[in-house]
Parts: sequence; C-alpha cells; structure tokens
Amino acid sequence: MTGAMALAELLISALIVLGGAFAFIGSWGLTRLPSLMTRLHGPTKATTLGVGSILIASMLFFPIYERSFTAHELLITMFLFITAPITANMIAKAHLHRQGHGVDPNPADSTDATIPEPERWSTFTRPPREQEPLPPAE
Amino acid sequence: MIATALVIGFALITAAILLNLWRLFAGPTPSDRILALDTLVINAIALTVMFGIYERTAFYFEAGVLLALVGFVSSVAYAKFLLRGDIVE
Repeated sequence: MTGAMALAELLISALIVLGGAFAFIGSWGLTRLPSLMTRLHGPTKATTLGVGSILIASMLFFPIYERSFTAHELLITMFLFITAPITANMIAKAHLHRQGHGVDPNPADSTDATIPEPERWSTFTRPPREQEPLPPAE
Repeated sequence: MIATALVIGFALITAAILLNLWRLFAGPTPSDRILALDTLVINAIALTVMFGIYERTAFYFEAGVLLALVGFVSSVAYAKFLLRGDIVE
C-alpha cells in the first residue's frame, strides 16, 4: 500500500511540474515569437496541455488523498479543449482581415498586407448569392 | 514531495502570467492583446486548480469552471468586435 501511495505521489508531483513547465513554455513562446500567426502556437498548444496535466494531477490527487471525486476537472478539461481552437481561429481571422485591410500590417508574417486571393484563405471568399434580391414592396 | 512540486508549479505559472502581462501591455496589435488575455485566463485556471490542491479543498473548481466559461466568451466577443465592429448583429 505504501508503494502504491509513493507511486501516486510521484505521479502527481511529476504531472504538476510538467503542467507548470508546459504553461511556462507556452507563455514564453507568446512573448518571444515574432508575429501573431506564430504567437498563436504557444497558448493554443502548450498552455492548454499544461492546464490539462495539472487537471489530471488534481483528478488523481482528490480521490487518493481526500476520498472524494468530483467531475469538475473533467468539465474544465473538456471545455478548454473544445474552446481553445475556436478562440485561436477567431483571433487569426480577425488578424487576417485587419492585416488585409492594412490596419495592422506585420512584415514578420508571411501573409501579404493586402487582401489575398480567396484560394489561399477561405475566410476571404464571398458566399454565393443564392437568389435574386426581392423586388421592392409596392 | 507534492508540496515541493506545488512550489515549483506556482513559480512557473507566476512567471508565465508575468510574461502574458508583458505581452498584454506591449501589444503591438489588438489581436495580440486578445491572445495574451486568453492565455492569462488559461494560466489563471491552472493557478486556481493548483491552489485547490494546495488547500486540499474542492471548493476552487467552481471558480475554475466559471473562469473557463467567461474567458472563452470574452475572447470570442473581443475577436468578433475587432472583425465586425459589432458583437451581436
């Protein structure tokens, strides 16, 4: 029993340190990388993984040491893993449009400071008009 | 051993939050600031959960869930506002 407890303690400690290290590396990437499209990599991958391992450590800690289990950690993990890509996509889209209109030009990006052709970024394609506009009401 | 790991984890997350704050103030574009704010919220969730382990109480998970919800909605609202000049059209 003490061997299992020692193993659990080692695992929880390793997961906490690993999670802190991943969160730190993600934020370091956010600070150091040259442009927004590269800066998006740090928070969306490394920091989410760091929070994930800290939450796994918490999910191991509470049943073993406190004899209590809650589903909150699972909720936070699922929610973060679902929402992190959506946030990154929205930020990248806003950045591309602002850069395309010359509001936020950043030469470190490989994207042009003009509206690119729609084949490169699907966010610049115009939706096809499905029907003629309605005639004015009489 | 868990106490030592928690001290190391607190130090790393605090350093990460300071780096995020630097990016939040330095910018240079509004998109960078939104990204820094989003990362700040994720790191705050990690800090909250680790403080819950430190205090040995499950009380702080509600705060974590609320931070996750509000952080996502606010990041999307900021990005939408930058993109369209309006949030709910």
